[in-house]
Amino acid sequence: MKRLISLTALAIALGCGAADAQYTDGTIKIGVLNDMSGTYSDLSGQGSVVAARMAVEDFGAARKGMKVEIIGADHQNKPDVGSNVARTWLDVDKVDVIVDVPTSSVALAVNEIVRDKNKVFLVSGAAASDLTGPACTPNTIHWTYDTWALANGTGKAIVKTGGATWFFLTANYAFGLALERDTAAVVVKNGGKVLGQVRHPFPGTDFSSFLLQAQASKAKIIGLANAGSDTINSIKQAAEFGITSGGQNLAALLAFITDVHALGLRTAQGLIMTEAWYWDLNDANRAFAKRFAPQFKGIYPTMVHAGVYSAVTHYLKAVEALKSDADGKAIVAKMKATPTDDPLFGKGTVRADGRKIHPMYLFEVKKPAESKGAWDYYKVRATIPAEEAFRPLAEGGCPLVRS
Amino acid sequence: MFEVFGVSSQALFGQLLIGLINGSFYALLSLGLAVIFGMLNIINFTHGAQYMLGAFVAIFLLQYLGLGYWWALVIAPLVVGATGIVVERLFLRWLYQLDHLYGLLLTFGLALMIEGTFRNFFGSSGLPYSMPPELTGAQNLGFMFLPNYRAWVVAASLTVCLATWFVIERTKLGAYLRAATENPTLVRAFGINVPRMITLTYGFGVALAALAGVMAAPIYNVSPQMGANLIIVVFAVVVIGGMGSILGAIITGFGLGLIEGLTKVFFPEASNTVIFVVMAIVLLIRPTGLFGRSI
Repeated sequence: MKRLISLTALAIALGCGAADAQYTDGTIKIGVLNDMSGTYSDLSGQGSVVAARMAVEDFGAARKGMKVEIIGADHQNKPDVGSNVARTWLDVDKVDVIVDVPTSSVALAVNEIVRDKNKVFLVSGAAASDLTGPACTPNTIHWTYDTWALANGTGKAIVKTGGATWFFLTANYAFGLALERDTAAVVVKNGGKVLGQVRHPFPGTDFSSFLLQAQASKAKIIGLANAGSDTINSIKQAAEFGITSGGQNLAALLAFITDVHALGLRTAQGLIMTEAWYWDLNDANRAFAKRFAPQFKGIYPTMVHAGVYSAVTHYLKAVEALKSDADGKAIVAKMKATPTDDPLFGKGTVRADGRKIHPMYLFEVKKPAESKGAWDYYKVRATIPAEEAFRPLAEGGCPLVRS
Repeated sequence: MFEVFGVSSQALFGQLLIGLINGSFYALLSLGLAVIFGMLNIINFTHGAQYMLGAFVAIFLLQYLGLGYWWALVIAPLVVGATGIVVERLFLRWLYQLDHLYGLLLTFGLALMIEGTFRNFFGSSGLPYSMPPELTGAQNLGFMFLPNYRAWVVAASLTVCLATWFVIERTKLGAYLRAATENPTLVRAFGINVPRMITLTYGFGVALAALAGVMAAPIYNVSPQMGANLIIVVFAVVVIGGMGSILGAIITGFGLGLIEGLTKVFFPEASNTVIFVVMAIVLLIRPTGLFGRSI
């Protein structure tokens, strides 16, 4: 028995030694690239660095002899800034994996760079479904949600409950346009009609002018294909201009719990939204939120943060199995071949086009009387099962799938 | 009913009115900037941060002292104005003799620090602030639905702008101020305390920014970067109006609000850029701005 133990110990020690030698620079370097100072910095920002750090701790990287380092940078929601950071990270700083990257225009730029350098790109914050469609690469996994899933969740639910005519208020860049396109498709497919759209500059402050155009369209539903403070301002000002009292309804196609927090329940109550994750769904999520919030200004985790945690966990598993972080394509292939399993998203899979598959949830924002306090904001209207939550593999137009 | 390029007159009037409402924010903010530049020769890049401070003070007053909107309208400008006076005493007064660039750099740095500090404590998604109950509701004007609050904003902004213009251009105090900027030594010789006058002027300009912040709180998202988004546009307004011209700032503020409003109807994608296009054209034709005195 004693001999067996010492043999095992030797094997482990050897194993660690072998693994260590394989990591580039001896370190697995995770780069969290997102908006650290602007409109998306609460829903991703420094919180994503916190989530990545928690994932590394929970994985027990140090115990397993893997040296993991996490760095963060601000892309200011500008594709040129994001591209520069990504290039420097991959070329000079020896970063092995870039995670998060909200703002689809930036994510699409980084997507190409990571493919060229054969590293790994794990998207949590960005939404454009193009990342697993025409722009899919063997180096990228789109983790948390996408515009198709949002449209499919919120759009379908609203058309089915009588919201047949739509007018879109769209942030004029890759994300807004993708969300508008995907939602319009869902609306039309379910028998609804799109009456028009107006594209506003990103980020904007005053939406009253666009809201008046939406009002004049007489559409039953005004779809907000924007995010962050743009959505907050649109909702605030729609209430002011009597849009909702005039019989039209708002559909916030992408809203995060931080947006609801900023709006206050009095303004946000009754909003319907699709998300991949909510902190109060189960014990594991609650425990995560209670650990997370004190490390991030008391802000509760959004689905983007949870997605970063889940993605980093799965990445570390693949690297551990391969004992190497050098070949991005091989790691992503391994991640696709292995079923995912983590405390926050449960069991799931990664599809050939790079789409991570899990259930989505249709939430309704609580009335002030129903809420027990700050951050107690959602009730579940419906669970969209994993197999229906995302765009069917064949419809995305991803070149990796055609073969 | 008639149509202009496929847009009904009804919609057009609505959009013009909205432009006027946005213009009143531009006017109020650019007025403060123009006063400060005209009297102190300082390009006050902290203006956006001070506007944000006004909105946050309104929120603090409600949260910690239970004082509502109307109190905030009075107290926030006083509080933020007082911080402005401290800034002027501590930093700005050393810069009057130097190139504009130094004042610009100092105030820009201050703005970044204030916004960064607030972001650190309050995050970026912002805080809710509800509208005073007296001003909720709206009037149906036939061609559009005018929220009472927006009507109040236009009226209040016009009143404040005209009162400021009147004080500076038509009263004895204003005459002293203008004289002090032309020739401080001479005015001092008449026994007038010029440095104190300058300090109070800066405090007043800052208070105007805070006032605009309080007025914005119920309708715009109150977040640390709310001023940064607006300040560049407001600077363009001041440049178009003519640096330091009070009347120029007011008229171009409202005028550019209207132009922006029209752009949002006919070519919404360009609504962020149109003001800068106007600025470029104006600077080409009249380098001192529409109402600026030639140097």
